[in-house]
Amino acid sequence: MSTSPTTLPASTQAPGRSIAAWWQAMPLSLVFVLFFLIPLALIGMVSFWDFNEYELLPDFTFKNYVSVFDGCSNMDEMCVTFKTYLSTFKFSFLVWLITLVIGFTVSYFLAFYVRSSGVQTLLFVLCTIPFWTSNVIRMISWVPLLGRNGLVNQSLQGIGLINTPIEWLLFSDFSVVLAFVHLYTMFMIVPIFNSMMRIDRSLIEAANDSGASAWQTLWNVIVPLSRTGIIIGSIFVITIVMGDFVTIGVMGGQQIASIGKIIQVQTSYLQFPLAAANAVILLSIVLMIIWALTRLVDIRKEL
Amino acid sequence: MTDITKTITDIASGVATGALNASVPRRSLLKGTAGILAAGMFPAVHSAEPIVLRYLGTAVNQDKAIGEKFEKDTGIKIQYVAVTTDDVTKRAVTAPNSFDLIDTEYFSLKKIVPTGNLKGIDVKRIKNADKITTLFTTGTVAGKAVGEQGTAPKKVIYLEGEKSKVFSKTPTQFMSLIPTVYNADTLGIRPDLIKRPINSWAELLNPEFKGKAAILNIPSIGIMDAAMVVEAMGIYKYPDKGNMTKKEIDLTIKTLIEAKKAGQFRSLWKDFNESVNLMASGEVVIQSMWSPAVTAVRTKGIACNFQPLKEGYRAWAAGFGLPATLSGRKLDGAYEFINWFLDGWAGAYLNRQGYYSAVLDTAKSKMEAYEWAYWMEGKAATQDIKSPNGDVLAKAGAVRDGGSYEARMGGIACWNAVMDENNYMVQKWNEFVAA
Repeated sequence: MSTSPTTLPASTQAPGRSIAAWWQAMPLSLVFVLFFLIPLALIGMVSFWDFNEYELLPDFTFKNYVSVFDGCSNMDEMCVTFKTYLSTFKFSFLVWLITLVIGFTVSYFLAFYVRSSGVQTLLFVLCTIPFWTSNVIRMISWVPLLGRNGLVNQSLQGIGLINTPIEWLLFSDFSVVLAFVHLYTMFMIVPIFNSMMRIDRSLIEAANDSGASAWQTLWNVIVPLSRTGIIIGSIFVITIVMGDFVTIGVMGGQQIASIGKIIQVQTSYLQFPLAAANAVILLSIVLMIIWALTRLVDIRKEL
Repeated sequence: MTDITKTITDIASGVATGALNASVPRRSLLKGTAGILAAGMFPAVHSAEPIVLRYLGTAVNQDKAIGEKFEKDTGIKIQYVAVTTDDVTKRAVTAPNSFDLIDTEYFSLKKIVPTGNLKGIDVKRIKNADKITTLFTTGTVAGKAVGEQGTAPKKVIYLEGEKSKVFSKTPTQFMSLIPTVYNADTLGIRPDLIKRPINSWAELLNPEFKGKAAILNIPSIGIMDAAMVVEAMGIYKYPDKGNMTKKEIDLTIKTLIEAKKAGQFRSLWKDFNESVNLMASGEVVIQSMWSPAVTAVRTKGIACNFQPLKEGYRAWAAGFGLPATLSGRKLDGAYEFINWFLDGWAGAYLNRQGYYSAVLDTAKSKMEAYEWAYWMEGKAATQDIKSPNGDVLAKAGAVRDGGSYEARMGGIACWNAVMDENNYMVQKWNEFVAA
C-alpha cells in the first residue's frame, strides 16, 4: 500500500502534519498497539518458548514449529497439518465461490432492478434480519432441519421420494458449507452493493447505446467497477472461514479438521507455545492471501 | 476475522497471565496485599460487605438451587463462573486469582498442584471429613478395592503440607480437594432403536451401529473410553489405561481412526447438551455418556439406558479446592461453604440427579427412604422417582441402571486421567479428529 506520488504535494500543505492530528490519531493507535500489536508480538514470542504440562518455559526453540510439521516429509500419507490446511482451504474456496455468486446476484438485483430507493432500503434491511440473532443460534437451527429425523428427511419420506433418511445432510461437508454460506453471504452483499451503488448509471446507458448485450454490460462494465466490493467481501469471507472452529465443529459433528480447532484444543490443554506457533503460521497464510487480493485492487484509492 | 482475533487475544491473555504467574515475586506481592487487607486495613468497609465467593467450575455442577439454598442458610453469596472442564484447569493454572473456590476433577490435579496455585485444605476445619467415603481415602467400596488405573483420587487427595506442590502417599492433615460428586460412566444407548441387549464396551465400534455412534471429544476422557473399547475388543490389554506409553497411544488412536474412516461415528461431542441432543434426536443410538445426560434424555420422555457393561465403568470424581492466595473472611466463607455442602442437603440434591455425594450418611438423612432405596440400594422404586426440580425420572417399579451403589462403584475399571505423555496424546487426538 504505497502512497501514490500525486497525493504527496497536497499532503505537505494539509493540516495532516500538525500536532492536533497526532493527538486525534492517538486513541485509536493506542488501542491498536495495546490490544493488537502487543498481543501479536507476545504470540510470536511464545511460539518460540518451551512448555510442560502446566508451565510455559521462556526459551528460544524451533521445537513448536518442527512439531507442527511433524511427519510432513512422509510422502505416503499426508501429515495432519497439511490435511487440515487442505480441508480449511477447500471450505474457504467453496464458501467464497458460493457467497460470491449469491452475493453478487443479490446486490445486482438490489442495485439495478429495484427502482425506488425506499424499497431498496427495505430489502437491504430484510437481508440483515438473520443478524438479529447470534451466530451460534442461527447455526444450531439447521440441526433439527437437516437431521436424520429432521424436517427435510421427514418431508421427503412423507411424499415418498426416499425410503431411508439421507445421512449426508447433517454432520458433513455439505452442512458445514451450507451454514457458512447462510452465515456469511451478508459480508459479500454489503461491500458489493456499496460498490455497485457508486457506478455511474450513464456508463450503463452508454454501453446500451453502443449496442452491448446485457451480458457484455455485466461482464465489461459492472464486474470491473464492482471489483473493490468483491475483493473486500472476499477478504471478509476467506479470513472468517480460515479461522473458524465453531461452525465447522457444530455443523461437522466435531470430526472435520480445521486449523482453528487444532489451536483451540491446544490452548485448552495449556500447550500455548504449540498453539502460538500454529497461530503464527495461520496468520502468515491469511496475510499472504489478503496481500495477494489487495494486489488486484488499491482499496484506499477505491474507497 | 472475529474468530481469528478472538483466538489470538485469548491466547495472548492466557499467555500473559501465565507468564506473570510463573514469576514468584508477583504472587508473594499479592499475598502480601491480601494479608494487609485481611489484617483489617479497612475494617469498616470490610465487615459491612457480604461475602461473595466466585465459584469456578463446569456448568453441570453449578446448580442455581444449591447456590440459593446456601445463601438462604448462611448469607454468603455464590457467584458461579461456568466454563468447560478443560477451561477450569486452564484458569487454575493461568489465573488463580480469578476465583475463590474451584470445583474440578481429581485428574486435573496433576496439572494444577505442581503450580502451587492450590492451598491444602485443612481437614481439621472440615466437620464431616472423617465421614468421606472410603472410595476417596482408601480406594475401597464396602471393604473391596476398586480399579485404580488412571488418576484414582486416593493417589492425589493428600498433600504433604498446606503449601505443598507434591502429593502425599499417606493420609495427612491437608487434602488437595474435598470430594463433592463422583460417578462411574459407561455407554448410553437407545434401547428402543437398538432392540437387543448390549453388554460390552466393544459395541461402540460394532459396524452394526455404523454412522450411529459417538464418542467424547475431550481427549483425556475420550481416550479412556477408547481404551475400554480396545480392551473389550481383545486387541490389547493395557498395564494402565490411564497412563499409556506412546506406542499404546498410537495403537488406541489407530483403532479410532480406522473406525472413523469406516464411517462409524455420526458425530463427536464435547459438552453435556450436545450429547443429550444427539441421543434425543436419534442421530446417535450408542455413545459414551454421562449419567445426568441420560437422565436429561429420559425427562424428555425418550427411552435411554445408562448401560452397565461387563468390563466395568470409567469413573470420575470432582471436588472443591481453594486457591493459594485465599485468606481472611473469604477463606472462612469458603470453608463454611464446603462444610455446608457436605452437610446433607446438597448431597441429597446430587444423589437425586444420579450422582453420588461424598458423605453418604448426611445425604441419607435428607432423603426419603424410598428415594434412598432406589438411588443407593438398587431396589425397585415404590413410588415415582422425581428429579430435584420435580420431573419424573422413573415410574414406580423401575430399577436404577447399574444397580446399587456398591455394584456400580465397586465395578470401577479405571479413572479419568492425565497421562505422562499427555502432550503426545493430544497431538494424536488431533490426528484422529483430522482423519
